[in-house]
Amino acid sequence: MSLVKRLEAAVERGEAAVGAVLDALTFPHVEGRTVTFLFRGEAQGVSLHHWIHGLPRELPFRRLGSSNCWVLQIDLPPGSRMEYKIGVVCGGRAEMLRDPLNEHLARDPFGANSVVYGDGYTPPEWTEEDPEARKGTIEERHVESPVFGDWRPIQVYRPARFRPTRRYPLLIVHDGADYLKFAQLKEILDNLIHRLELPPLIAVMTQSLDRMNEYAADDRHADFIVQDLVPQMEDLLPLVRQPSARAVMGASFGAVASLSTAWRHPGFFGGLLLQSGSFVFTEIGEHDRGPVFDPVVDFVNRFRKEPGKPAESCFVSCGVYESLIYYNRSLVPLLNDTGMHVRFREANDGHNWENWRDQLREGLSWLFPGPLWHVYE
Amino acid sequence: MNLSTAVVLGPQRREPLLREAIDDLVSSSGGGVALITAGWEEREQEDEELRQHVGRPVQNLELWTRVERVFDEDAELLKAVRGRYATLRRVQELYRLRLEGLMRPITELLARAGEDPWVDAEEQDAWELVRGLDRQHVARVTEIHAEFEERVQLTERAAVQAARREIEQQLNDACCLLVAGGHVGILLQRLRLFDIAGLWGDQPVIAWSAGAMALSERVVLFHDSPPQGSSYAEVMDAGLGLLPGFVAFPHARFRLRTNDSVRVQLLSRRFSPATCALLDYGARFDWRDGEWHGHTDSRRLCLSGELQEVTP
Repeated sequence: MSLVKRLEAAVERGEAAVGAVLDALTFPHVEGRTVTFLFRGEAQGVSLHHWIHGLPRELPFRRLGSSNCWVLQIDLPPGSRMEYKIGVVCGGRAEMLRDPLNEHLARDPFGANSVVYGDGYTPPEWTEEDPEARKGTIEERHVESPVFGDWRPIQVYRPARFRPTRRYPLLIVHDGADYLKFAQLKEILDNLIHRLELPPLIAVMTQSLDRMNEYAADDRHADFIVQDLVPQMEDLLPLVRQPSARAVMGASFGAVASLSTAWRHPGFFGGLLLQSGSFVFTEIGEHDRGPVFDPVVDFVNRFRKEPGKPAESCFVSCGVYESLIYYNRSLVPLLNDTGMHVRFREANDGHNWENWRDQLREGLSWLFPGPLWHVYE
Repeated sequence: MNLSTAVVLGPQRREPLLREAIDDLVSSSGGGVALITAGWEEREQEDEELRQHVGRPVQNLELWTRVERVFDEDAELLKAVRGRYATLRRVQELYRLRLEGLMRPITELLARAGEDPWVDAEEQDAWELVRGLDRQHVARVTEIHAEFEERVQLTERAAVQAARREIEQQLNDACCLLVAGGHVGILLQRLRLFDIAGLWGDQPVIAWSAGAMALSERVVLFHDSPPQGSSYAEVMDAGLGLLPGFVAFPHARFRLRTNDSVRVQLLSRRFSPATCALLDYGARFDWRDGEWHGHTDSRRLCLSGELQEVTP
């Protein structure tokens, strides 16, 4: 008997039978490609709100008889992650809720969403704190920016067993505080360095208070990174002062900021890590993404005409459920043609921090391969 | 040269067994031990925890630091060592290219084992090719070392000779030699440069992780799930050959997919008849009376694709 039929039969038998089904199963219930969502409560309408590009934004639940049980089945490919909320209309009021039956949450700067794991997906174990891994440290600092005429907050990650006498590679992270908070960047660096998948490195996390402008391919931002931030870090920290030991990364607009910084200062960075970049461009006419994208589109159009060779290596990732997948796929052959070593990964995921988190092992080790084949402690 | 007695251990950072192993091996002697931590590179001298655990005098031979000093004094030698390193890297790349081509079909054949006798016959032949390639590679690398040593007249160089005399002196006072893990290439280079095997002779040795790899007959690099590139184990070099018929797999829990029968067979069949030992925390293998003896939780990879405890 299908799950929906089983639920319908339980509803007919009464509350105890529904309770028995709920005790026996967890929801959302994943069986192969089919995910069954269940909502219980008084409502005039219930719907699933998600961010999967190409599907209707709201998927309506079906009420089972006249009960307070609402059910929805969707197709979700194996290995997927889907973030969602449940929209409930009750007494003329609409409300967006996290799924009360689902304990899995994905946090982001706007709060948290429920998240369902498709068949075969489990959060990678290297994203969780490993008690055996030696821990690096995070230090809060400010750097002066003559380019912007102000001081800017940064966070500096030093690896475990840091030695001032050693020289370290440098990773610049756009939206760094968010990467730490929502993508477990510190735990991941600790784990991957401990497992020798990355060499011990120093990461500098930057955070802009005006990211929608500064990260949108702003010349000043590129100069801030190259002329203000990196030289001060080189004065402060024992860094390898070579392009091959420098990388810059970011997601969404942070990826635009990373590419545009490297493009404006070719040869300064050896590596680029671009996650779900907002690389919107136009072949003809105007774009429809609103004015905040004007400078981005202008930059990407110019980049597509004259890409140069921004760095030596580049890792690009994007979720296939994002509207940006088309732009990222389009970028990859262009990056390959520049002569860079490019790796592109698609995930069955959306535009969110856990998607970006899940790609960090492959992305970071692509740029900074660790000594795991030679070191056995 | 093979040792008469030796102990090989898993990683010693947690649950160290070193003290117990030293007591077992040299119980009659209250003497000190010599320690090699050159695989730890610039952290070579951070051996305080280990000293506390061992509880008897420890003389760190400081091979990493000594070699750095030799290089400071002898720029010509440093240049020659760098040249050899570049050659070895190139040779390893080319070996890897050929290895990939041989290992892929073997993986497929193992997955199809039992289909019919022809699969088994092809598998046997395929292993011969891989083992032949491994042998050729070791021979080539050995040739490169021999040519290097002859060209630079290693044993005649003043800085090397002076360091070697000091090491010899320190070894005279020790009743057991401990060789820690770390970077296996760097460790092996340091051990060779001062001919530690020749200086120490057939006396008790305890080695763990990369230390055990460097003392074996072949140095096998491995990782079943690396984040980048091929996952086929590679022979890097001949080891010092002190531990006969033994291939060390430290940190197997992290590095090997031991629940995957095909992956296990890729190692056990390739290096058969050697003992393919899993060196996880708590593992201990003793070499005595011409045989390997295991302690509790000490397992090896079997030809069947399973793991098996090695009997005491």
